[in-house]
Amino acid sequence: MQVNQKEFEPVIAAFCCNWCSYAGADLSGTNRLSYPSNVKIIRVPCSCRVNPMFILRAFQRGADGVIICGCHPGDCHYTSGNYFTRRRMTLLFSMLDYLGIERDRTRVEWVSAAEGAKFAATMNDFTETVRKLGPNRRLEDLRCRKQ
Amino acid sequence: MDNKQKEQILRSSGVNVLKCMRCGKCTATCPNYEEMEYHPHEFVYMVEKGDLEKLMASQSIYRCLTCFACVERCPRGVEPAKLIEAVRLAAVHRQGENHIVPDDIPGMLDDDLPQQAIVSVFRKYTK
Amino acid sequence: MRKIGVFVCHCGTNIAATVDVKAVAEALGHEPGVVVSCEYQYMCSESGQELIKDSIKKHGLTGVVICSCSPRMHENTFRKAAASAGLNPYLVEIANIREQCSWIHKDIASATEKAIILGKAAVAKIHLNTPLTAGESPVAKKALVIGGGIAGIQTALDIAEAGFEVDIVEKKPTIGGKMAQLDKTFPTLDCAACILTPKMVECAQNEKIHIYSYSEVTEVKGFVGSFNVTIKKKARFVDETKCTGCGLCTEKCPMKKVPNEFNMGFDNRSAVYIPFAQAVPKVAVIDPANCMMLKTGKCGVCSKVCTVGAIDYKQQDTYINETYGAIVVATGYDPIDLGKYDEFAYSQSPDVITSLELERLMNAAGPDGGTLLRPSDKKHPHTIVFVQCVGSRCDDSRGKPYCSKICCMYTAKHAMLIREKYPDTDVYVFYIDVRTPGKNFDEFYRRAVEQYNVHYIKGMVGKVEPKADGKLSVQASDLISREQLHIDADLVVLAAAIEPDKTARPLATMLTTQMDTNDFFTEAHPKLRPVESATAGIFLSGACQGPKDIPETVAQASAAASKAIGLLCKNSITCNPCVAHSDELMCNGCSSCEKVCPYGAITYINKEFTMPDRTVALRRVASVNPAVCQGCGACTVACPSGAMDLNGFSNSQIMAEVDAICK
Repeated sequence: MQVNQKEFEPVIAAFCCNWCSYAGADLSGTNRLSYPSNVKIIRVPCSCRVNPMFILRAFQRGADGVIICGCHPGDCHYTSGNYFTRRRMTLLFSMLDYLGIERDRTRVEWVSAAEGAKFAATMNDFTETVRKLGPNRRLEDLRCRKQ
Repeated sequence: MDNKQKEQILRSSGVNVLKCMRCGKCTATCPNYEEMEYHPHEFVYMVEKGDLEKLMASQSIYRCLTCFACVERCPRGVEPAKLIEAVRLAAVHRQGENHIVPDDIPGMLDDDLPQQAIVSVFRKYTK
Repeated sequence: MRKIGVFVCHCGTNIAATVDVKAVAEALGHEPGVVVSCEYQYMCSESGQELIKDSIKKHGLTGVVICSCSPRMHENTFRKAAASAGLNPYLVEIANIREQCSWIHKDIASATEKAIILGKAAVAKIHLNTPLTAGESPVAKKALVIGGGIAGIQTALDIAEAGFEVDIVEKKPTIGGKMAQLDKTFPTLDCAACILTPKMVECAQNEKIHIYSYSEVTEVKGFVGSFNVTIKKKARFVDETKCTGCGLCTEKCPMKKVPNEFNMGFDNRSAVYIPFAQAVPKVAVIDPANCMMLKTGKCGVCSKVCTVGAIDYKQQDTYINETYGAIVVATGYDPIDLGKYDEFAYSQSPDVITSLELERLMNAAGPDGGTLLRPSDKKHPHTIVFVQCVGSRCDDSRGKPYCSKICCMYTAKHAMLIREKYPDTDVYVFYIDVRTPGKNFDEFYRRAVEQYNVHYIKGMVGKVEPKADGKLSVQASDLISREQLHIDADLVVLAAAIEPDKTARPLATMLTTQMDTNDFFTEAHPKLRPVESATAGIFLSGACQGPKDIPETVAQASAAASKAIGLLCKNSITCNPCVAHSDELMCNGCSSCEKVCPYGAITYINKEFTMPDRTVALRRVASVNPAVCQGCGACTVACPSGAMDLNGFSNSQIMAEVDAICK
């Protein structure tokens, strides 16, 4: 299958913590604030549940961008989970950068349950950024590619 | 112009005037209070407002003893003495600006004026 | 393979207008394991739920995927419906195709495509769901209150009133705390002792309340419902059961030169003492640091004069173990040490005092019997200067960044009381802001100004210098009149900032509760859960959570009590089944998970394992307490061997979702 650059639609996986960002995503829906359908949300209890493995797996399976959304620092439902996320992802993203996965394909964003507009704006911005970067083929496992 | 001047003063002093909670402890502690037209807490507030011309023209900036009592006692760590120092410096720097424009010279000329004076005026009042 | 049913909701036109629900049901019907796939107008309605229940029974479904609104909305509804049809409620997954699909997209084709992908992800996940059962853990019907000030007293009384047993642990020999030291209370000016001591007596007399005075909590184990607490009863060298509190020993004790803590060191007490006349329990205590008998073995006067033989020089610290269902923290506050404030000459002059010291000086039970005299020469002060915000709202290392909240009001009270009793006194109050939010508070402050003529000056004191004639030279600014003032004062009173008690930090570590950078306990939610800590079963009462005055403290104490009562009323607590668990065969005992757990839910146990070569080995493995774990999953990522996993959000489930989305 040949990827047509013009029609390139990025696949974006968004990990959202159940208490803030997932609720923020719901709120942007309730307020009818649109963002591209490229973004698919995976619900996790806390952003600190996101294992670096999941992100590697996403890139392996053909994701073009991965974004992790959690509660604002200090507001974590589990008091300190997002601090772990921040540290882990800083390390992981620099490693991915080293591997050739551009920094802009990965992002950690703090979105509270009240920030529906911020969620939509973040997703719009992130999708556009990834769209400009083009398809990610660096880590993709071709055996997994859709027939 | 003033805004640029204010930023320059804030930068050179390293003082965050917004930290001030206007308690006046700096002024309460100032040993040279009677001699000063503007007092430490007023300095901080005037710089915050960008009211710099009055400050730079005031004798207060030269009467500050730089004893650092206000810096020592300020509960918010605002450091008024450093701010005064920065305003003083700005005033001194201003003395080095171009105060004479060559085009104005012909109008000022006087037959009795020695040429040397014109040269020296340029030396003193221009960059 | 699971037998899965897919139910796509129209939500009227909310979903159906932008998502082709028929196409979604059709596409998901081809997914592996899906035996039935249908759509319906309102899945959450009575008939919609019936449809799900009937399908579960008819097709023998072992997994249900509902494509509808956000799981935050109706997950529970559908779980209950599944449970009533005999399916484990945790075998239900929701694909959010309303808030996160139909409501945000306008293009039908792309919205439908996304809805299908979200549905596929849910189907992929449900293949790996395991039936989960919510565990239950018992609740011990007894509460522990740590701290016996007004907060602890009020909480204990309220819990006892509801019929539950309460233990109060107080580190001092008597309960009462700071309030017992106060003279009058604002804004009503009634005497603190008159309203506090009846409550203290009530505590002592209540059969449900047990007071461990002169005791400390040394260890806390366990979790909500069954905290196992070790309490150290410090040796008081007096048998509590025998002592009648007659006070004969304190009179006869030859060692009379010990500074009296209760009177802030303004007078002396004996080595064997009762802190104050209304102490509860009214039992003497021997201060081992000053008792001649305990130090040198030569004296024994108290033992000789005691008519009931209560003195016991051989008494040892004893440890008590108790199980509690709930713990209320009420450790209170202390004024900060003003030793570093040289500009106010606090360490140099005895006439520069803190407000708490002034309370004692003015108290009828204080060192001077309620007559206000200067500590240095015992003369009546004619000019008194109050300095506000000493150490409060400070950005440096000497003070505290927060507002101590109570100082404005107690200073108004002091100023008013002094002006009333001694109208010949000039009272100056130097303030930065006067903060009086509270019922009748601002009226009270205005009364001090208007009725009692207290001089309130907007400005700050910069320097206090003791002079040779015994006066204090006060240099201050008056910001409104643009003046620098020089006042010769007789007495300077500093409104010292308040800080949490020193025992709070180690206690928080024991309780695995959170604290802020100022060592105040952090509430679970600043607005909606103000008296609960983030750790289940631990509640906060009074100034340990932040600066508070008495009315606020009492209100919070009662709120904490009601939360504790709510917990104690239950026979058992249902636990969230989505908790972490460790595969003991994979765990290598590295402690990584233990370090990241914010709840202290992970402990290590030594367990015997039969190895492949049939030898038995003792291995150190992690064990998660499901009653304590809240299911954040921090440990699952920290675990290097992959032994930790989270029920309901397992590694394989999330991976399956990732695969479904990315493919």
